[in-house]
Formats: sequence, C-alpha cells, structure tokens
Amino acid sequence: MTSLSRADVEHVAHLARLGLSETELARLEGQLNHILDQYAILAELPTDDIPPTAQTIELETILRDDTVQASLPAEVVLGNAAETRDGFIVVPAILGG
Amino acid sequence: MTDRSVATGDPTRRTALEMADALRAGETTARALAEAALEAVERENHGLNAWLAIDRSGALAAADAADRRLADARAAGHDAVAALHPLLGVPVGLKDLISVAGGQCTAGSRILEGYVAPFDAHIVERLRAVGAVIVGKTNMDEFAMGSSNEFSAYGPVSNPWDLDTVPGGSSGGSAVAVAAYHVPLALGTDTGGSIRQPAALTGVVGLKPTYGRVSRYGIVAFASSLDQIGPFARDCRDAAALLHAVAGRDERDSTSAPEPVPGALLELPASDDEAAAALRGVRLGLPREYFVAGMEPDVERRIREAVATLEAAGAIVEPVSLPHTDYGLATYYIVAPAEASANLARYDGIRFGPRRGPDDVLGEYLATRGEGFGAEVKRRIMLGTYALSAGYYDAYYLKAQKVRTLIKADFDTVFAAGFDAIVAPTSPTVAFRFGARLADPVAMYLSDACTLPVNMAGLPGLSIPCGLSEGMPVGLQLIGPAWSELRLLRLGRAFEAVTASAAWRGLEPAGLPAAADPAAPTPAQRATAAATLR
Repeated sequence: MTSLSRADVEHVAHLARLGLSETELARLEGQLNHILDQYAILAELPTDDIPPTAQTIELETILRDDTVQASLPAEVVLGNAAETRDGFIVVPAILGG
Repeated sequence: MTDRSVATGDPTRRTALEMADALRAGETTARALAEAALEAVERENHGLNAWLAIDRSGALAAADAADRRLADARAAGHDAVAALHPLLGVPVGLKDLISVAGGQCTAGSRILEGYVAPFDAHIVERLRAVGAVIVGKTNMDEFAMGSSNEFSAYGPVSNPWDLDTVPGGSSGGSAVAVAAYHVPLALGTDTGGSIRQPAALTGVVGLKPTYGRVSRYGIVAFASSLDQIGPFARDCRDAAALLHAVAGRDERDSTSAPEPVPGALLELPASDDEAAAALRGVRLGLPREYFVAGMEPDVERRIREAVATLEAAGAIVEPVSLPHTDYGLATYYIVAPAEASANLARYDGIRFGPRRGPDDVLGEYLATRGEGFGAEVKRRIMLGTYALSAGYYDAYYLKAQKVRTLIKADFDTVFAAGFDAIVAPTSPTVAFRFGARLADPVAMYLSDACTLPVNMAGLPGLSIPCGLSEGMPVGLQLIGPAWSELRLLRLGRAFEAVTASAAWRGLEPAGLPAAADPAAPTPAQRATAAATLR
C-alpha cells in the first residue's frame, strides 16, 4: 500500500487535533509506517464481491416510547466543565471580537 | 471444589458462591467480607497497583445494607432467602471506565483526571439492585488500549505470579484484583481480548459475552462495534453468577439485545461428577491457525494436554480451519482505531477534563489532547484518523470491514457444521516482563492474535486456567456461537471438574507474599528497573 511522509503525519495530527512534539512526530512516522506494512496483507484478499460488516448481531433499529423522562441535573453535568457561568460552559471566542 | 477459607481461615479465599452460602448460613456477614477485601487491598496494592480508587465508606454502607436485607429475608422465611441473588453482600471490583455516580472514572487517562461521573452505569444499577458490594475501581491501559496494562497513566500493574511481569491488559487491574484474592469478582471490558488475555496471564476465569449481551450505558467507549463488558472470577460458577446479574436489554444502549438471560446461569453444578457430564459427546473444533507463529512451545503443550483431558472426559475434538485468522490482526488494527478516533473526539477539554493551552479554540484542542492522551492512544487516534481520511477510506476501512465479513463467516461455517464450540489457546505466550513489548507496537498487538477474531465476529469467548508453564498461568479459550455463554460456562465448569485434583490447582500466585511487603518495590519501580537493564 502507501507509506506516510512526515508531512502526512503532520496533516493527520492536525485532522485529529493532536498537538504533537517534534520527537513524537518523528517517532510516529516510523511506527505508523511499520504498522501500515502489516496492513499490506489485506490487499492479497479478493473482496470485490464481499459486503462490509459494520455490526455483528442482526438487530433492527429499536426505538423506545417517546415519553418525558427526568434529565440529569444541570449543575452536576456542568460541574465537570473547566469553566462555567450562569448555567453555561465558557469557551474561547470562535469569532473575532 | 474445596473451600479454601476452611484451610487458610482467610475469608478472601472464598469464591463468590461460597460467600453466598456462608452469608446464608450465618457463618459470616457482608461487613466482615467487605472489611477483609478492603484489608487485602490495603496490604497489597503498594506491590500490585491493581486499584486506582477504593470506596471504603460506600463499600461498608453497601455491606451493612446487604446484612439488613439478609436479616429481613431470614425473618420472612425460607422462600425470601432463596429469592436473594447470590451476589448479595459479595465484594466486586470495577474497571475504571465504568461510571459510578459521584466517583472518579479516569479510563486510565490523564485527560479524565478530576472527572466525576454524574450517573451510574447500567451494570452498576444492576449490581446495586442485587446487593453486590462495590469495593473500588481497577487499573487499566488508557482507554482500554493495550495488552499489558503498561499504558495506564497511573502506573503499571504487577502480575501476582511474578511481580516483574505484566498482568496483561487492558483490564489488568480487574484480573489481578481477582487473582490476588482481593475480591472474588470483577468486571472488565473486552474489545480485542482485554478480558480473556489478562485472565489467561493471571490464572483466572474471564468471559467476553456476545456483542449486545450486556448494556454499555455508562461505560467509556473505545471501539463501539467491538466493546463488550464481562466478568472476571476464580471459577466458572462465579463468572456465570456475575454475568446473570449484569446481562440483559437496556433501552439506553441501543445495541443491547432483547435476548433472554438464562436463569440456569445460577445453576451450574456444584458437584464435579454432575459437571463433568457436560463433556460427554460434545463436539469441539480445534483451529489449526490458532497455533500461531511465535507461540511458546510449553504453552502449546499445556493447550494440547488440556485438549487430551477434554477428550478423555468424552468430548469429540476434531481439527477445524478458520482460514482468515491471519488477517484478523490487520483488520482489527484498522477497525478499532478508526472507531476509537471518532469516539475519542469528545475529549477536547470543553465539557469535562482539564483544559490546557492558550485561549483560542484550536490551540486549546491541540494542547488539551496532545498533553492529555498517552503515547498508545495517540498512536491509535492517528491510525484511525488516517484510515478514515479522504482518499484512504476504501483502501483501509472499507477493505477491513469486508475482511471482517470473511472472518465472521469462518466461525459461522464451523458452527453450521455441527460443532458445539471451538477450543483454542487464549494467548500465545505466558505473561511477559515489563518493557518487553514496549519498543515495538506490532509485537504488543500480537498478544491478542487468538482473541481479537472473536470480537470481530461478535461471539462469546471464555478463558479458563489450564495449567502453568514454568510457574506462569496458561489460559484455554472456548468460543461459541452467539448467545451461547451458558454452554461455554458449562463446558468450562466441566473442565474445572475433570482437573479438580490437578496439582497446579492448589497453587497460589507466587508473588503474593512479596506484594504484601511494604519495603518491596512498586510495579512502577520494577518497570523502571527493567527499562534500565534493557
């Protein structure tokens, strides 16, 4: 199959929103390519006519009755956020102010 | 079966069902059992690091409540006592990715440090309903990614059979909590072998149930088409009782199946003669592909001896082929990281966990995730993100899903040919030394070569102890069709019965005395020393 360049590794790290150090990027380039080499075995198998399997038990979508149920208390849920104000989570601005 | 507590005078040596009998006979109390468990943890956790959190007051309160229920039932008469679940008053450990309201749930990661679970997982509700006593949370590889417990952000765990070796993973803490007699029962999760492999390496019973058997509501997700919750125990009857307590449909997990939970899980025979009868005429397939390259010759000998024992007891064992086994590893290491990269996108420091970095959105994401996740988790997120990224989806993820179809079809073919179960090794090797597989991710991934195809097919798999290789435990794996947990546990119980007098069954983990020595090194110190030698 293909191999990953250093630029590819940086691109994937950006997609995954992982801030990685120079050392980590260098180590991952080697390790990811070593792992991708193991994937090459899959190319041997003809699978054009094989349907993909995403789940293994034959369950149809099961819906519950649409009844009103208690939610978790807001203060308990918000209690895990780094910063809150007036029942909201405080986040950095995403639009220029 | 012999009650070890009679010989040793130590209540922690009792199995869960022996505890249930002793509680009903008034020979002990749930409080005494909880105190004995807490004392064992306190004595040995320095040397084992199996536990990340202990809930002393919660455990004692649950134990006292169990004693009151028992007293009320006794006052009400024989029928009321008989209606109690066997786990009433029995101490249990939970892998630290299972939510217990008001407690920590780190999933072995720094990124969830300080997180407090706002609710109980479904399985915790079930345990509370039957009156089990939750002692605490057990150590694990970060986000359940690992086969040695060395990827925990809270330090490695020692194997009680040899403190310089790993217990396996990812549910290493749960396995050790049971193997070291802290608790008779613990829950773990198994995505590619994370219950069965540590069970094998520590000499206990571990069951990965059928996908959909146990609700995952309240469990930190790793790979959602593979993850399943299951029991650790010291024998099959105990494992069956814990499965009985937690299994069944829950509308908050849409993948939990409306499949009836057999009441017979509570009726596995206590008598060895009765139990052994389950082997007569049973057809077992022995897959040649599971004797993989790199398998230790002595592990293979123990497996072949176990197979001979099964045959001598009346089982019909025939060679079978699961031809796509060799493709399992590559398939798994595309599917599982892909699902993980999606599941772990939620850890961004906004709604929970520590927030790091500069005060801009992207910078904060990069720093929170870059500093919060450990090396193995980052590796898998990278692999998964790559496999799902534009231009590579067909070559990797779609291809792997197609091969998954072939792996599942291998098993279907064997069971359609009339085999009742498949018998195989659980792990190609015994427990390895700290650091032995850290340098090469692929070597670590090979630890699960015999277990991960079972997850790919969604089937139940049971690992039971079958002897020792140079003093270290070897596990035998039984794999069955979907929803056949009861059959597997009956077969496992039968194997216990026909090997009841084997010399290795009488042995306790050799490292336990050293684990209790407060001057002995911690697992982290042992791992550091191993790294220095390397």
